Amino acid sequence: MSRRLFSFHGGVKPAYHKAPSILQPIQAAPLPAEFVIPLHQSIGGIPRPTVTVGERVRKGQMVGAPDGNVTSAVHASTSGLVKAMEMRRMPHTSGLSALCVILEPDGRDEWIDHAPVPWREMSPNAVRDILRDSGVVGLGGAVFPSYLKVNPGKRGHLDTLVINGAECEPFITCDDMQMRERPEGVVRGAGILRDLTQAARVLVGIEDNKPEAIAAMKAAIERTGEERLEVVAVPTRYPAGGAKQLIRVLTGIEVPHGKRSTDYGVQCFNTGTAHAIHDALELGRPMISRIVTVAGNVERPGNFEVRFGTPMRELVALCGPKPDTDRLIMGGPMMGFRMPGDEVPVVKATNCVLVGSPAMFPPPPPEMPCIRCGECVKACPADLTPFEMYWFSRAKLFGKAQEYHLFDCIECGCCAYVCPSRIPLVDYYRFAKSEIWAREQEKAAADQARDYYEFRLAREEREKQEKAAKLAAKAAETKAKLAGQATADGAAAAEDAHKALIASAMGKAKTQQDAVRPRNTDSLTPEQQAQVAEAEARRTANTEAKSDA
Amino acid sequence: MASYLFIILGAVLVNNVVLVRILGLCPFMGVSKKLETAVGMGAATTFVLTLGCGTSYVIDSWLLIPNNLEYLRTLAFIVTIAAIVQLTELVIQKTSPVLHQVLGIYLPLITTNCAVLGIPLLNITQKHGFFESLLFGFGSSLGFTLALVLFAGVRERLDGADIPKNFRGTAIGFITGGIMSLAFMGFAGLDKYK
Amino acid sequence: MLSALLVMALGAIILGGALGFAAVKFRVEGDPLVEKIDSILPQTQCGQCGYPGCRPYAQAIANGDAEINCCPPGGEDGIRRLADLLGREFKPLSGEHGIEKPRSVAVIDENVCIGCTLCIQACPVDAIVGAAKQMHTVIAPQCTGCELCVEPCPVDCIAMKPIAETVDNWKWKYPVFEITPRKAA
Repeated sequence: MSRRLFSFHGGVKPAYHKAPSILQPIQAAPLPAEFVIPLHQSIGGIPRPTVTVGERVRKGQMVGAPDGNVTSAVHASTSGLVKAMEMRRMPHTSGLSALCVILEPDGRDEWIDHAPVPWREMSPNAVRDILRDSGVVGLGGAVFPSYLKVNPGKRGHLDTLVINGAECEPFITCDDMQMRERPEGVVRGAGILRDLTQAARVLVGIEDNKPEAIAAMKAAIERTGEERLEVVAVPTRYPAGGAKQLIRVLTGIEVPHGKRSTDYGVQCFNTGTAHAIHDALELGRPMISRIVTVAGNVERPGNFEVRFGTPMRELVALCGPKPDTDRLIMGGPMMGFRMPGDEVPVVKATNCVLVGSPAMFPPPPPEMPCIRCGECVKACPADLTPFEMYWFSRAKLFGKAQEYHLFDCIECGCCAYVCPSRIPLVDYYRFAKSEIWAREQEKAAADQARDYYEFRLAREEREKQEKAAKLAAKAAETKAKLAGQATADGAAAAEDAHKALIASAMGKAKTQQDAVRPRNTDSLTPEQQAQVAEAEARRTANTEAKSDA
Repeated sequence: MASYLFIILGAVLVNNVVLVRILGLCPFMGVSKKLETAVGMGAATTFVLTLGCGTSYVIDSWLLIPNNLEYLRTLAFIVTIAAIVQLTELVIQKTSPVLHQVLGIYLPLITTNCAVLGIPLLNITQKHGFFESLLFGFGSSLGFTLALVLFAGVRERLDGADIPKNFRGTAIGFITGGIMSLAFMGFAGLDKYK
Repeated sequence: MLSALLVMALGAIILGGALGFAAVKFRVEGDPLVEKIDSILPQTQCGQCGYPGCRPYAQAIANGDAEINCCPPGGEDGIRRLADLLGREFKPLSGEHGIEKPRSVAVIDENVCIGCTLCIQACPVDAIVGAAKQMHTVIAPQCTGCELCVEPCPVDCIAMKPIAETVDNWKWKYPVFEITPRKAA
């Protein structure tokens, strides 16, 4: 059956270079001498460490627990000894360091106790908690915690669940190889996602330059008998693997600015993520490895199942890097980031380690002025006007750049690819975006500081008034006392005055006591009041029991 | 009817008050850095100029001419316009304080904007009736707003351009204004179809 | 001559009446502009501008009493935005109020602190916790780096530490291309 496909605007057709890395099957990368496992591998809060230096851990044991609303756990990649917890250089363009767990393997590779999760009998929230604690994040590149996406949305069900196997970026073949060799896991994972999100149908979008993957996936659907699941071949064009672009191609829905795809009943997961969700729920295994393509300037490019924390140097060494190698790029040539060194670890976001040389990536030719030819507008898959965004980003007029919807840019690099003036447009967008983010954060911090300051002023004012009131009351009291002393005669009167003083002091103490009555007992709901009454009853019963004893 | 249309069209395009008559350059250069302020200034000037043309016609034909006081024209017009500007300023301060702050000195300066005095005087010399005066005032201020908004649009983009240091700021502004003025000269041909 | 005077007087009376009426009718209560200025200021409440806090400075700018270049924590960028809002010319930061420093937070050396609470009283945003004769500490995310706590400390145990660059707050740099002369062949 052929399905009606739609199309997205723009895009480019770069040379794909995918053939060399699909010659060999997926191999398991050997254990390195030490694992460097960064705690912060996904979008969101930094997980808090749960192991101590010198502790023995087993494979799959949690080393970083989720912390905050958007966060994901991190696990030990093998069994061994936690040698250190220290700052190590991250696989990030900045070359800055972050806290990592340094794990020395003991070679036994012992799993923690794990068992399949009876997710069908569990509440959706409990399943989401398991996914969060299993450390499952989107493996397409954005590393967004998956448990937040396994959500039917406001309407309670999805129309379409898109499984993204397009893999459009040159050199990268990890999803392709996974679909060829392990299609059952992907299909079963897609089935789990279908049930969790209550999706009416699942469309697996695969670019038509991967006929073997398409055939393998179709066969796996037959074998497993999963229903409402369909493999769709989509035309090969970069960036067909962008979530919004693939949704557009498969369903014709164009998600507008400021909306989410779930508002239109569509959600998108990567094939690798589907496989990881299958592993987490059907096998009970947390995410500790992924498939990574090593390609480029190496003798034997290929795909490897690599545990997180493996230094890239050891991974690349398996493929025989050529002598003129001078750089590693995480990701593909279009969207990848150049690594600060070769000792940085493979993390959850590493879909490909592209080995480069000066011959492969010659230094960029000098940037020429923008001539407003409009080639970038023709190529932009997000329907933006890149040259306008460039103009304002370059002049640091960020407000204007945002008016041209800078934040809808997916940084795919199509505009820079076609630019006849060879302007590194994406660099300008990244610069402008991070400046805008920093400003927004500063603004939020300033607003918070203003609140604190105003609260402090109000508190000081209140304290001053209270003090003044207290003083006035005291003065009035002494005045009254003096007046009483003057008029009254005899000891009886004095005693009366004394009594009155005590009475007034007691009254004051009483009012004070009333005033400091805890505020949290005000305006309670009936259930809470019932709970309080119950607790009180229990307490009296306890004291009675004690006094009895 | 057609003559009314020609009054408006002529005032907006053919004899654009800023770019062809070269009147009112002070706000044209002063408040054209941002599109929003340009629109605000245009709206304020439109209000003042239309009202000013109406009142000045009434004052001229009902007060000055019957009493043979034509020599008081300039004085009387300036006083009237100053009062209208003051009124506008009060209204803007109430409705849009930011616009008020941004227009700053240029708002009271509408009083001395030569376009605002020039258009009522042109009305007299061209012997316009009451309705024609209003239309001419409205059309001229539309032309003023158009020129200001176009110019502000260009200047916003100029902010990001690599301009040689000596030409930055007002210098490149005048050059741009000159080129726009040349472009508006092209509308002169519309006269033929009158 | 008399008629001329009469005409001008009549005009003056009518226009004056109209303006007087408008002045009453369109009276502006408060000054909403202060809010806008205040929202641009960095809210460190440091008083380096010579006013006791950000809001009084905003008020002074709105009244035209203060220049826009008196706020060192806001930096060049803050001045630029104030200039944009108010339609004034950009001026470089005035030196007499201090210089722009990298954003820092106060750090208390907890071994030296004697628990005098003087810094707690000085902190405008309640970012220091502690009690008399107890060690004090700074809640770093709440600290605005105003340095007001440094001066009162009798044992000089408070230091200003610049916020370090991490992977999370790292910013992409402006793309720069060095123009190198072509090598002679």
